[in-house]
Amino acid sequence: MIFVRPLLRFWPDLRSRIGVYVLVLVLTLLANGIQLVVPMITGHIIDGPIAHRDLSALWLPVLGVLVIGIAEAVGMWARRMIVAPVVASWEITWRSRLFDRLQYTSVAIHDSWESGQLLSRAVNDLSMLRRFFAFGLPFLVSTPIVLAVGTIMLVVMQPVFGLIMIVMAVPAIIAVAVFEKRYRETSRRSQDTMGEVTTDVEESIQGIRILKSFGRSPWAAERFSAISSRLKALEIRKAELDSWLWSVLLLLPTLAQAAIVAIGTWGVVQGWTTVGTVVAAVTISMVLRMPIEMLGFLLADALMALTAAGRYWEVIDIRHDITDADGSVEDDPEVGHYRGQLSFDDVSFHFSDTDRLTLEGLDLRIEPGQTLALVGATGSGKTTLASLVPRLQDVTSGTVSIDGVDIRQMPVNELRRLVSVSFEDPILFSTSVAENVEMGAPGADEEEIWNALEIASAKDFVSRLPEGLDTQVGEQGLSLSGGQRQRLALARAVIGRPRILVLDDPLSAVDVDTEDRVQRALREILPDSTTLIIAHRPSTAALADVVAVIDDGRIAAHGTHEELLESSPLYRELMGASAITQEGGRA
Amino acid sequence: MSAPRLDSDDEIEQLPPDIAAKARALLKSLVRPHLPMVIFLAVIVVLTAVLLVIGPVFIADALDKGIPAAIDGDLAPLIRAVTLFVASALGSAILAFTSTRLVGITAQKILFTLRERMVTHVQRLDLGYHEKSTSGRLVSRQTSDMESVQQFLSYSLFETALALLQMSFIAVTLIVLDVPLAVVVFAGFVPLFFITKAANSTQRSAYRRTRTSIAKVIVHFVETMGGIRAVQAYRRQPERRGTLSDQDTRYRDANTDALRGVAWFAGWTRLIGNVTQTVIIVVGAWLVIEGWTQIGVLAAFILYLRRFYGPLDELVQAFNLYQSASAALEKIAAVLDTDPEVVAPENPQMLPTHGEESADSASSAAESAAGSGRALDLEAVRFAYADGPDVIPRFDLHIPAGQIVALVGATGAGKSTLVKLVTRFYDPSDGRVSLDEVDLRDLDDEQLRSSVVMVTQESFLFAGTIADNIRIGNPEAGDEEVLAAARAVGLDAYIRRLPDGYATDVKKRGGRLSSGQRQLVSFARVFLADPDVVVLDEATAHLDIPSERLVQNALATVLEGRTAIIIAHRLSTVEIADRVLVMEAGRIVEDGTPDELISGTGRFAQLHQAWRDSLV
Repeated sequence: MIFVRPLLRFWPDLRSRIGVYVLVLVLTLLANGIQLVVPMITGHIIDGPIAHRDLSALWLPVLGVLVIGIAEAVGMWARRMIVAPVVASWEITWRSRLFDRLQYTSVAIHDSWESGQLLSRAVNDLSMLRRFFAFGLPFLVSTPIVLAVGTIMLVVMQPVFGLIMIVMAVPAIIAVAVFEKRYRETSRRSQDTMGEVTTDVEESIQGIRILKSFGRSPWAAERFSAISSRLKALEIRKAELDSWLWSVLLLLPTLAQAAIVAIGTWGVVQGWTTVGTVVAAVTISMVLRMPIEMLGFLLADALMALTAAGRYWEVIDIRHDITDADGSVEDDPEVGHYRGQLSFDDVSFHFSDTDRLTLEGLDLRIEPGQTLALVGATGSGKTTLASLVPRLQDVTSGTVSIDGVDIRQMPVNELRRLVSVSFEDPILFSTSVAENVEMGAPGADEEEIWNALEIASAKDFVSRLPEGLDTQVGEQGLSLSGGQRQRLALARAVIGRPRILVLDDPLSAVDVDTEDRVQRALREILPDSTTLIIAHRPSTAALADVVAVIDDGRIAAHGTHEELLESSPLYRELMGASAITQEGGRA
Repeated sequence: MSAPRLDSDDEIEQLPPDIAAKARALLKSLVRPHLPMVIFLAVIVVLTAVLLVIGPVFIADALDKGIPAAIDGDLAPLIRAVTLFVASALGSAILAFTSTRLVGITAQKILFTLRERMVTHVQRLDLGYHEKSTSGRLVSRQTSDMESVQQFLSYSLFETALALLQMSFIAVTLIVLDVPLAVVVFAGFVPLFFITKAANSTQRSAYRRTRTSIAKVIVHFVETMGGIRAVQAYRRQPERRGTLSDQDTRYRDANTDALRGVAWFAGWTRLIGNVTQTVIIVVGAWLVIEGWTQIGVLAAFILYLRRFYGPLDELVQAFNLYQSASAALEKIAAVLDTDPEVVAPENPQMLPTHGEESADSASSAAESAAGSGRALDLEAVRFAYADGPDVIPRFDLHIPAGQIVALVGATGAGKSTLVKLVTRFYDPSDGRVSLDEVDLRDLDDEQLRSSVVMVTQESFLFAGTIADNIRIGNPEAGDEEVLAAARAVGLDAYIRRLPDGYATDVKKRGGRLSSGQRQLVSFARVFLADPDVVVLDEATAHLDIPSERLVQNALATVLEGRTAIIIAHRLSTVEIADRVLVMEAGRIVEDGTPDELISGTGRFAQLHQAWRDSLV
């Protein structure tokens, strides 16, 4: 039964509410038990008081039926009332764990997951587990008990009848065994496909501009249709498996009943049993039919829950590889004093799923307060290099250090408070402009926010927004142009006057004038920040103290803008120098 | 773009008043194509219910008559009763087998149709809708809400019908057995009716709250995972966790309320059933003792009564799945009910043909190099987003076929809006945009999309191989053409170094592309699409200068003769432009050839000087 391990791993959660959960189990069992008791009392009433036309003897058993009836209703109400908040809380606890695990999981691992696979785990799988713990599990526990009690009653009554029930269980168990493996496989594939559906939906919405622009909406619809029809086929396969198991579990107990009647009659003729016993045995087997039929449904439910649990633990088990020294990540560590010397020593990097080195034995040093412009062709490794500084990725070999301290020795969030980043794809969150900027320096006041916006040359357009700083932006807010988003992201990077500033092509969508203004502001206002700026434009490079040229994962040249223009043909090419001469010649 | 978008997003969340009716209409339209199957299933339901009711009769027969006869030596009645019982059991099993399958198949077909309808409709919705809505919300419609609908269709619809039918059969039996007693049973339905009515309204609102709150959770989840780089770099984890926890708490509360609503409903139902049973025993006993009813009738009555109320639990369960599903279906119906503002024409017109276009593609590619551009006209165009101020107050522009136009101006001058009108992502508020004299609103959508193509700064990659991603430009393109396109934009050498070359999955196995490379993919798509009009909106922003030049040279040769509108902050674009338009506040303030403008003293001359200074 090793395969139920994913479900067993929820034991700590179960144990923390074990009192309540046991109560739920008891109430479930009692509800099942009452089903057996009431017919016995009503039978007694009919055979006794009514048959004897004795009204006075009627009241006690009637009172009994009434009390049991009320108790059953109250028990049913109580069971559901009790279980509701428990399972609803579990669901959100699990989701919060999943969410947190993912929040601290490195970017490289995020990139290797399809987004929809994460979302379908967080939503579909967890709600499936909630339903299982609310209904499936209590019944899965109580049903076999009821069946066992019923079978024991039969055995006590007449061993032969008990034997019939047990013999009947053999084909049932075989059917379940055949069913279980196939169902588990199908269910796994179905739930994975649900993740693909989710991914595809997300992509077809996020890429809507491209689809519309190329008129490829039909292509997207077809693509979706292919995945969706796979999901359909798998779900139908599940229904087909269900149909086998359910009909077998429907048929077997009735065959057992027929056998009890036939063999029982033979027994009566033979004299080893009585008509009364046969009738009683049939009555009990009648009561047992319902739980047996239900078993098929419960089993399917349990197997789906098992799959969901497996998928959940896959995420929870992701190893965190970018952590503090103790393997966790402290949210708000002390920040020590650093001068801000940033060096890369013999740094190599490759993505975990390929051997091709993105960075290869790279050496680079930026002195405190210095601005270094990193220049290189598309795909030369600039962005990868930038992502190493805040440890969004870790080096494969070599070290990145600040003031000689290997950044892997620092608490992750100390490093990330020292280092501010602005990405080439600016990421804004669905909140106000003010809050988006403030993220760079939690607790910053309005004046500091405006100052940062001014550095980023964003003050003008922000003050013209309908609600100024309070304007909602991000996916749920006002849609800003690429240049506007970049400038807000830049303001966020500079607001804390960080010790180290990493700017990944921060102004690619901004006009030259604005870029120039921003560059000068950065130099004036943040003279102490060590800055690594990825640049394509000569003007940016010219303003930097020093320029490094990256080519195929290595530093190919290093020096001031003027020096490199003299000495490096690659640099001249990257800066478009040759073309300008040509154009100049033409003009 | 006047009001903050959060409001408008909530507006989208708000359901129209007649949404319940729309959801029902949607359900009907989904079920209608499966009507023969539904009727067949109805027959199976009736047969199943019949067997469920008569099965026990055979076994009772075996016990009451079969065994005594067998003891007396006559096996025939026993054999007959047992055979009938086994036959009915077999029948039940076969029916259960068939119905489980058919219900599963039908439910999945319905869901498949619904999913497809959603996807197709969401694709039809205009950009205005997508800019106001979030991807997370639409994802929650397609996943979490769809799951609710599936739960109901797969597990409840058939069971509901069966339970109701079984109850009706038993009700008839009860009336036949004894009218006064039956009246007592039916009296129980009066409180049941009111309880159901009350539950209906409370549960509906509880389930609506679960749908709305889980959608918020999904939106937050999607945004956090999509922006994980910024979340980590700016240490947002505690704050993000806090927001999730707030939203999830609301979901949990809504869920708890809904589940507790079920508890009350189920509890009351069971209580009424059990009390009715007690009343029947008392009244029945009195009737029997008074001699108005046979004792056997009472016994049968009590036996049937238990079975009469038995399916009520299933009905309660089904009722709740129904409530949850209908809340979900309302959300789905609301999306399907949104009409796009940019609609496909009723009588689509085609563009005038370009001479010998029917020649086979190889030779036409060479011939059509000159003169396959299209003339673009904007006449008295005004544009404003929703109720906002005019972004483009009044605009007239003629771009002759084959002209390459550079569009220049500060952020917010209306450049991007203008190209959205040209590509018909939006329709103008007034005036008309036309391509070769055909109003875009009348132009066949497929032809519009194949002749006008836009590349923007964002370059989204879809899951799949690099070749597939390039092929978005033209799904019919062969490998050779994909290769040629990649080569033209300078992507070929890089792709060849990837583990699986062109077959490398862009999201797996070392297929990561830098933003510059992603933009090159966008360009390769344009090469394959081979449109008449190309619109580039900051499409080269992430490229280094040599790559940009390579792309531009490639564009200049391959797209020679095509019409082009190019927005770029780097004025190197001007090198290939025939004409420069300088925009300010939604108007053209300068219009001329690059040389004219550069040698003048206007905005462009200044911009160009600044740009020249920024170069080496």
